[in-house]
Amino acid sequence: MSADAEEPRPSQSALRLGRKTRGSRKTVTFGDASEVSSSRLWVLISLACLMLAWYLVTRGSTPILDEKTFPSQGQAWDAFRELWNDGYRRVTLRDHAWASLSRVGKGMIFGVLIGVPVGFAMGLSTRLRGFFDPIVESFRTIPPLALLPLFIMWFGIGEASKVNLLIWASVWIMIIASRAGVLGVRGSKVHAAYSLGANRWQILRYVILPNALPEIFTGARVALGVSWGTLVAAELTGTDRGLGAMIYVASRFFRMDIVVVSILIISFIGVAMDMVMRFLEARLIPWRGKG
Amino acid sequence: MKDLSVSNVEMIYELPKGGSVHALSDVSFELKAGRLLTLLGPSGCGKTTLLNIAAGFLAPTSGEVALGGEPITGPGQERGMVFQQGALFEWQNVAQNISFGPRMNRKKKSETAVIVDDLLATVGLKGFEDKAVYELSGGMQQRVALARCLANDPEVILMDEPLGALDALTREKMQGLILKLWQETGKTIILVTHSVEEALFLGDRLFVMAPRPGRIEREYELPFAKIGLSVDPRELKASPEFIEKREELLSMIWGMEEQIMGHDGGTL
Repeated sequence: MSADAEEPRPSQSALRLGRKTRGSRKTVTFGDASEVSSSRLWVLISLACLMLAWYLVTRGSTPILDEKTFPSQGQAWDAFRELWNDGYRRVTLRDHAWASLSRVGKGMIFGVLIGVPVGFAMGLSTRLRGFFDPIVESFRTIPPLALLPLFIMWFGIGEASKVNLLIWASVWIMIIASRAGVLGVRGSKVHAAYSLGANRWQILRYVILPNALPEIFTGARVALGVSWGTLVAAELTGTDRGLGAMIYVASRFFRMDIVVVSILIISFIGVAMDMVMRFLEARLIPWRGKG
Repeated sequence: MKDLSVSNVEMIYELPKGGSVHALSDVSFELKAGRLLTLLGPSGCGKTTLLNIAAGFLAPTSGEVALGGEPITGPGQERGMVFQQGALFEWQNVAQNISFGPRMNRKKKSETAVIVDDLLATVGLKGFEDKAVYELSGGMQQRVALARCLANDPEVILMDEPLGALDALTREKMQGLILKLWQETGKTIILVTHSVEEALFLGDRLFVMAPRPGRIEREYELPFAKIGLSVDPRELKASPEFIEKREELLSMIWGMEEQIMGHDGGTL
């Protein structure tokens, strides 16, 4: 009988929940990254703890947080159903979410369209790196919201100032990510391509771009998260559509249930977007980290 | 077929903090088409610098390298390059890597397909054409690198420690493949290596290079590469003539290393 067969097989449920597999013969596990995995059991426990805490602070006839401060789970659920069925202030929930998503989408598209070429220029040319470096380094630390008053003065109170703010939020991240992607290309790959007869344009298209794609994609993921966070604040003025606008309007009517549900929806969409990005990354860039 | 001529090549690197390194000092030689030259020497002897000058990635401080009378001023596809590792394009599969050169040259799809097919057979990768290169073992990746280089039908193949990252057994197998490719294609090959045994076994000509300044210290004409395929390579490497040469080279290089250590005040 082989040595493998004698080892006790972990049960299927233990594997699924990520409990420590008993077959491991390692004597040192603390500090060994391969022994740590995201345990689904503890994800469930964590979510249950959050829900329990929420329940405990809002339960009973005199709860710690009353409905003017924080809704109970039942109130939040009712508010969600109300939003889902009737929308908020004559705008459906879908339209609110779509207004927010399309702003972030536009901001991201322009952020990528401007950021990637500038990042490439900085990665490929000493002069352009020198020229853009002070601009990027000094502007990227300015929080987008600090610019909101300025942008409203320049671009008006409507859509343009919001989208421009989101471009600002994403473009520096995209520049830095693309630059890092270009600088990360191994010299021997470029040399090999030249020796195989590639010209400059072909080197850019077939070597540097695919080599930089993983970094660009990571940048896009980060930029999307930052944009999503910036957006909600940007929607506090000058619009009645969007998830951020919903929060602001509801808070003026002391509808904390709507506020909390909106926050949860924002969080949910944020997580969903990141999952989609990770899925796309695995599909589109299978070579990530394999160089 | 074109001969390679290296005349009075001098390479001095200026260091950013002042001072300079004399990487190559007055290096001259003629390499007839179809020869396999191995470059051997301790680190810092300028063998990779010499290879990069021949590839056209570096311009010498003075002197000239010419292929068939044409001075080399930059990289070109008549001089193919095989690197130690990590120079394959991991975003392309095996067949796409091999066809990279013909595709960059806008060769007809049908012609390219024939070239790729032939090369897959030559390097023993039939059936792996659709695999991602990062799914392959180190030895198979180097087979792809060799095939990719051959796809452009270069005059000269420059190899910078092509087998340096492989385990000993795979390395011996790949040495056989390089000999086979050399004998079947008749290409001129310059191969840089750290391994004395490899330099002796593969080189039908061998330069031992020495550091400070980098130069050609000794030159050998060797019989082993020509018969390497017809006899058992292990037997050949165990033969008295081979061992004698090996020990001679080892003690020469060992002497150089000791000199360097002495220079730096190091002790053994």
